[in-house]
Amino acid sequence: MNQLDELEAKSIHILREAYREFKNLCMLWSIGKDSTVMLWLARKAFFGHCPIPLVHIDTSFKIPQMIEYRDRLALEWNLNMVVGQNKPAIANKETFPDGKIDRLSCCKALKSEALKHTLSGEWERVRLNHTKGEYEVDTNTEPYTGVIVGVRSDEEGSRSKERYFSPRDQANDWDVDDQPPELWNQYKTAFAPGTHLRIHPLLDWTELNLWEYIQREEIPLVDLYFDKGEGTRFRSLGCGPCTTCVESTATDVATVVEELRSGKFANIAERSGRAQDKDDGGGLETLRRDGYM
Amino acid sequence: MSAVVANKDHMDVVIVGHVDHGKSTVIGRLMADTGSLPEGKLEQVKAMCAANARPFEYAFLLDALKNEQAQGITIDTARCFFKTEKRNYIIHDAPGHIEFLKNMVTGAARAEAALLVIDAHEGIQENSKRHGYMVSMLGVKQLAVLVNKMDLVDCSEETFNSIQTEYTAFLNELGVEPTAFIPISAREGMNITENSDSMPWYTGMTVLDQVDSFNKLRGEADKVFRMPVQDIYKFTAEKDDRRIVSGTITTGRVSVGDDVVFYPSMKESTIKSVEGFNMAERDTAEAGFATGFQCTTQIYIKPGELMVRKEDLQPHVGRRFRCNLFWMGRPPLVKDKEYKLKIGSTNVSVQLAEIHQVLDASELSSIENKGQVDRHDVAECILETARPIAYDLRNDIEATGRFVIVDEFEIAGCGIIIESLTDEGSLLDEHIKEREYAWETGSVTLEERYEKNGNTGKLIIVHGVYGCGKRRLAKQLEHALFNEGYRTYYFGISNFFEELDHDARMRDRGREDHLNRLGDLARVVTDMGTLLITTVTDADDFDMDKLKRLNEPNEIFVINMGENNFGSYKVDVELEYRPEMEEAIASVIAKLKEEKILLK
Repeated sequence: MNQLDELEAKSIHILREAYREFKNLCMLWSIGKDSTVMLWLARKAFFGHCPIPLVHIDTSFKIPQMIEYRDRLALEWNLNMVVGQNKPAIANKETFPDGKIDRLSCCKALKSEALKHTLSGEWERVRLNHTKGEYEVDTNTEPYTGVIVGVRSDEEGSRSKERYFSPRDQANDWDVDDQPPELWNQYKTAFAPGTHLRIHPLLDWTELNLWEYIQREEIPLVDLYFDKGEGTRFRSLGCGPCTTCVESTATDVATVVEELRSGKFANIAERSGRAQDKDDGGGLETLRRDGYM
Repeated sequence: MSAVVANKDHMDVVIVGHVDHGKSTVIGRLMADTGSLPEGKLEQVKAMCAANARPFEYAFLLDALKNEQAQGITIDTARCFFKTEKRNYIIHDAPGHIEFLKNMVTGAARAEAALLVIDAHEGIQENSKRHGYMVSMLGVKQLAVLVNKMDLVDCSEETFNSIQTEYTAFLNELGVEPTAFIPISAREGMNITENSDSMPWYTGMTVLDQVDSFNKLRGEADKVFRMPVQDIYKFTAEKDDRRIVSGTITTGRVSVGDDVVFYPSMKESTIKSVEGFNMAERDTAEAGFATGFQCTTQIYIKPGELMVRKEDLQPHVGRRFRCNLFWMGRPPLVKDKEYKLKIGSTNVSVQLAEIHQVLDASELSSIENKGQVDRHDVAECILETARPIAYDLRNDIEATGRFVIVDEFEIAGCGIIIESLTDEGSLLDEHIKEREYAWETGSVTLEERYEKNGNTGKLIIVHGVYGCGKRRLAKQLEHALFNEGYRTYYFGISNFFEELDHDARMRDRGREDHLNRLGDLARVVTDMGTLLITTVTDADDFDMDKLKRLNEPNEIFVINMGENNFGSYKVDVELEYRPEMEEAIASVIAKLKEEKILLK
């Protein structure tokens, strides 16, 4: 049993535990490689199916190929696909790309706030209708009490403190100082009404592990991760205006793996291209305390 | 192209020790000196220190959170990734302050080896001892002790030896053999990655070499097969007819064709196939893998059962056992209170029945006559679960004897089972004894009532799954019996619970209480010479045996509707799911007369 097998088994165990224990469970899918691996792990856990609804928080600034890829997979894999958005803020152009506010406030409004209210059911959700092939307003407005998120410890400082099953209170706030103990494959699955849980199956995976797994399983990814002839590609996929490319000629998974193992990116942090991290004292902690992923 | 890198072993190591003895510095130094830091990070932290006019410290690399940097205490287990030629490591930095012991436990429970840091200048402190004990109790067998801050004691060999002697004696009393003692200074970089010139008298390994020399835990696949059933899937909505019994294999291996038994139901079947997605077909599965099986027969088992091979050592099944446990919750562990026990994939109600000894972990002194287990105490006690569970003893298979205790939604304790006990003297026995002792009957005998009423008192249980027609049958039965002049009463307490758990996935305390109250009530009502009719959803052998015991000396009469999923319990009447009512009632009454429950 090698390291990838160990990581995979643990993630599957966590997903199955969550599925069994939570009535209102959902999985956040950001269309990036991390949450796509997580979606793949769900298909592994449930023998080819994904019985857990997927939620995408659409800031409207994601690169268009990502949306196209999302809908294609949702149809192909027969996913229960739900999308949420901070429609008022976008309509009023109260965003960073529109020049009205700073990056952190924009993340807060378009991501954290949208997430909070989509999960609670207060704001409108749309769901993919598989027969029609289009999205319609979701009649289910029940709050999601268990949310599966693809964060990893090695991404940045505050995430390294996370638990696999991590409580959040009603305001989506994270009490990082008082977290439950986790031992012997036993997790906090019982929780008081009014609170909910974040579940983190990818906590122990490194960036390299993810790419090695993508390689092993041949998981389909959005092609933005690869160089399409200009000598650049994306290493981490946020919103268009706030994510910068890296210089790389990697055109496929195998070359990306090599870059990470021993090549140019072996020692550079994955999120070093993410502008909002630098703005938040380098730790994203303020945002995360308020419910950001 | 280094294929070696991908197939590298990986290992979880935890670092423990008293607060401020220097654990974080050790890790920071290890990461920096092995070049394991991402380029961005070191500069970032150095720049922040410069900006705040603070001297750079290696421990800051781990203190990622603003809160921590202010207080100077590591609050939680940070996972740090670092690598050597030989392995990829996850180092868990566990907090040194007693307040955060539960966080330390989280890191330690995952580790295959531990590094315990002791400040040479301050010497062995409370948590030096407590962490040593905890690490051993949590099953970590490899422990290297790092005597830190040697630069503050002039690198004195004498100081080092005296600490080594004292601490080794302490560990030996616990039955723990430390792997090594290493004199270091994390701040000055002595003996971390390179042997230090300042301590020529020390000829042992550096910390880095020591870590690489720890052994991976192997052999789990060679033990007997154990898999807690996590769930059973049937994705009929996706047009998938497979019924897949799923879980993560704890120990051993199993193959297609093997006969298996599930505990505590003791249902048996045979492995038909090993299931998986995007996986080459296989006919064996082994420890560590999260997998699923189809069985040759459609047996009725539930999540929480323990799957074993028929020809192997079988697990214990019972409700009372002796265990060692560590309490982390703020409210103490007390008697007469309901907790939840989680073992494998089972979740049951549990009570503290008896306390044998409470160990003060730092002093290792036993406290006599303590009526409760306080936070941070270690205790040997007897626990009693509301229903039977399957388990192994620590000396047989440790992994399936480990459990946690949940108090009001929080994991508050953890422990391991050391001895299996019989139900004699159980809390249920106690309850029945007390009840019967206080029972005073009148002078009218059961026989007199029988003569007069034409029936004996009896608890008549109509049993089946949700929707089988139990309530209709029960009420119509009551009416039919009433019309023929018998003394009868329909008691509808079950409705409430049917709504809550018609999925029958999880049993909770509410249901146990319900059955207990039903049993006690039936005892009175049947003694009155009345036929008490009620419905019970989805019960098992244990539920029926319990009701039978609570109702003694009067017997119970069970009508089963639909599929019979009992193991050893013999019901009195079998009916169909949603049967034709008149016919069903007639057959029940015929049987009641045959059993002489009805006289006329």
